[in-house]
Amino acid sequence: MMTRAPHVEGAPRSPLHLPALHESAWLHASGEAVYVDDLPTPPGTLVGYVVASPVARGRITRLEVAAARALPGVACVLTAADIPGINDISPFSHDEPLLAVDEVFCVGQSVAVIFADSAARCREAAKAVVLEIEALPAILTLDEAIARQSWIGQPHTMRRGDVAAAFAASPVQIEGEVRTGGQDHFYLESHCALAYPQEAGSYLVLSSTQHPSEVQAKCAEVLGIDRHRVTVETRRMGGGFGGKETQGAYFAAMAALGARATRKPCKIWLNRDQDMTQTGKRHPFMSRYRAGFAADGELRSFEVDIYADGGWSADLTTAILDRALFHLDNAYFIPNLRFTGRACRTHLVSNTAFRGFGGPQGMAVIEEAMNTAAERLGMDYAAIRARNYYGESPRDRTPYDQEVKAAHNRLRRITDQLLRDADYDARKADIDAFNAQSPLVKRGLGFQPVKFGISFTNSVLNQAGAFVLIYADGSVQLNHGGTEMGQGLNTKMLAICAHELGVRLDQIRHMPTATDKVPNTSATAASSGSDLNGMAVLAACQTLRERLAPVAAGLLKVEPGAALTFCDGQVFPEGEPARAVSFAQVATAAYLQQISLAATGFYRTPDIGYDHAAGRGKPFHYYAYGAALTEVEVNALTGEHRVTRVDILHDVGDSLVPTIDVGQVEGGYIQGLGWLTREELVWSPQGVLRTHSPDTYKIPAYGDAPRDFRVQLLQGAPQPDVVHGSKAVGEPPFMLALGVLAALRHAIGAWCPGQPVRLGVPATPEAVLRAVEDARARG
Amino acid sequence: MQVKKTGCRLEVNGEVAECLVSPMTTLCEALRYELRLTGTKQGCDKGDCGACTVLIDGAPHLACLTLALTAQGRSIQTVEGLARGAEAHPLQDAFDRFGAAQCGFCTPGILMSAAALLEANPAPTRAEIQEALGGNLCRCTGYTKILDAIEDAARALDRRREAAAAALS
Ligand code: FES
Ligand code: FES
Repeated sequence: MMTRAPHVEGAPRSPLHLPALHESAWLHASGEAVYVDDLPTPPGTLVGYVVASPVARGRITRLEVAAARALPGVACVLTAADIPGINDISPFSHDEPLLAVDEVFCVGQSVAVIFADSAARCREAAKAVVLEIEALPAILTLDEAIARQSWIGQPHTMRRGDVAAAFAASPVQIEGEVRTGGQDHFYLESHCALAYPQEAGSYLVLSSTQHPSEVQAKCAEVLGIDRHRVTVETRRMGGGFGGKETQGAYFAAMAALGARATRKPCKIWLNRDQDMTQTGKRHPFMSRYRAGFAADGELRSFEVDIYADGGWSADLTTAILDRALFHLDNAYFIPNLRFTGRACRTHLVSNTAFRGFGGPQGMAVIEEAMNTAAERLGMDYAAIRARNYYGESPRDRTPYDQEVKAAHNRLRRITDQLLRDADYDARKADIDAFNAQSPLVKRGLGFQPVKFGISFTNSVLNQAGAFVLIYADGSVQLNHGGTEMGQGLNTKMLAICAHELGVRLDQIRHMPTATDKVPNTSATAASSGSDLNGMAVLAACQTLRERLAPVAAGLLKVEPGAALTFCDGQVFPEGEPARAVSFAQVATAAYLQQISLAATGFYRTPDIGYDHAAGRGKPFHYYAYGAALTEVEVNALTGEHRVTRVDILHDVGDSLVPTIDVGQVEGGYIQGLGWLTREELVWSPQGVLRTHSPDTYKIPAYGDAPRDFRVQLLQGAPQPDVVHGSKAVGEPPFMLALGVLAALRHAIGAWCPGQPVRLGVPATPEAVLRAVEDARARG
Repeated sequence: MQVKKTGCRLEVNGEVAECLVSPMTTLCEALRYELRLTGTKQGCDKGDCGACTVLIDGAPHLACLTLALTAQGRSIQTVEGLARGAEAHPLQDAFDRFGAAQCGFCTPGILMSAAALLEANPAPTRAEIQEALGGNLCRCTGYTKILDAIEDAARALDRRREAAAAALS
């Protein structure tokens, strides 16, 4: 199943498209891999502690820190008054103070930050901070926010056709409400930042962030200095998943403030409770929809009002809402539609990016409509979906009028192959037979196609840079703007660099991501890391190769323009590996000939753009596709259920590194399964997060890994205009897990044949038990 | 509150090391911040994630729930002591080959739990592995590759034992 480049035994080879170990595999397994909190710190380094609001909304009537400041070992206690620059940490909306001023808007909002010589002393000092808050009425649910019209930004609408008439004329009319919950990122490495004061009012900040450039910009703004005085470096994260796209800036800016105030290195590390109570999560959504289907299952009209719970500040909420709207269609053509999205402001933590970025929440709505329609019509869950796929013109236009190029739409191929390979028809018949004779245990099979748009929908962000250095001994340093959070980006970038320069992997050192190497980068997010940075790395390496080619031609004594092969650390005239000189020889010769051996590369995604007001445009460079078949078993007495088998066929184009991509598919699916079946955030009536540690908040565990998990990558499907024919992989597999809902409904529906199943999300055992009891009462 | 620090003698990976700790310093903190053995990770600091798992006298313990002073006089093994010199432990080797680590933050703790399991039960079933690793969370991989890697390492250790036995006979 692995893609292999055609290879002649013994010939030099490029690592591209081949299975590979993660670039840090041995460092991970030996314990050598360094995360921010692992860095040796000089003696005198201070540790920080955030004093957070215990109240969801209120007016600060008293904030006194003098007593805390006077305690032994305490270096400083900083409040908003101590910020020399701009007290704002929002990515663009200027509604999010780093430290609260006069008012607080959620439990966990930062009010002050303490730096002391130990964590214990910080905790003592926190007790000595006098903080009095007069509580004000707070909005703690999405429903309340909608009722009170507590909005963030403007509504976003897409329309096509005559939705009212089409609905009225539809034989199957469905109206419903879909709610999906939040999700904590639960990266195993919690937030951490370490700031060193340097000479001339400059700072080095080491941050566990997906977005070093934004951390740099925010630190500079907060300190009131130019960005060139702040260098931010990120070697790796212990997981990100979106939770370190904007959220890392808080702790980095606090550490930088501490370093400024004390002239000592300052570090902030959040323990799990602090991380869960102080940082944003996946947005809960609520949608009301009306769907009209023809008798053969064709979706004729779809009308949706969708609401996102943004929490107390805008953060990335409007962009996340946009992506939810862009994915309300999932893989299906909708002739008549109206979608309206609104972002709501509540007094909970400010929700933020999380793998899928609104896409899963949008798709969940149309999948609910599909499941309900299938149950009403007595249709197969897979058949009703395939009936509605995008196809040839005119069935190739999304709700926002982007063309889903039929030539690149791989969903039919994926569906046919997956259902055949996974033996869908026979297994479904077996399950129906099993269910007919098993009163208390039922099984179900759920098919889930996914189409996911690739690009930042804020088009300007689709740019990336790289900086490649060759030393005179032929060794190479690789820099690019992307960050490594476990997803294998650096492994892919190494493969591209090795391929383009024709060097061995061990000749390249992958450098930490640093703002003094590549400036003005975008977050590593939107699954775009390898598409964008890969093109930039490729461009830099091509520049270098063009400079090296004449040098190599001289060494090889061939015409300057002669075709040369750079591969595996050697350079030789095409087809004549026996004549090779080493890459190192070429690099040395280039140095002696006074040729520059460093180059930058840059890439911007061409031809994309979106008109927000009109609800039309081409926000995406292309679409990623995949499908999953999930089998479950449900116990009627307890509601307990488990996933027994999963088959996935996913399209990653011509995979850059297939082993990495399979890992992303597996991990993404299980994370989606966690969101849909286990993970539940519970807040008290006062807006305090009750599930703030893993003893109450349950992410998937070993038992949730399907007993039988078969992941295949679609073969022979290179994607045009993407680096080496590959496709993005980070987010799309997350949504494959939506199939677990169809599978559960198939199982539960066996207790109420011919009637729709009513199943809430997350489909925890309690929720499934309620659905089973409801089905049995009606069945 | 001024806490007096006391000397603490720990035997870690076969070597004795001394550091100054307070009575409340955890073994995790002592290893990471005093002895600079940062392979042991702190994922939650309250016994819920398993990232800090180390072996004490061969049995897995959560270093974040163990006070450094109580670990004196016992034999502590961390991920740094898993390889034999330049030779990787079969678990480390299998984790690399199977892609059982993505971000790698959970990996040291999982390796230590798995090492203890394979020591006690050289041929565990999948269910036994799941049981033994129940306290070790991973957010990236979805676990399948971790389970596959541990099964593979068990087979490799078995071959190693057989080869050693054959060499003796
Ligand atoms: S850090 Fe010890 S269990 Fe999480
Ligand atoms: S590899 Fe990231 S938590 Fe396990």
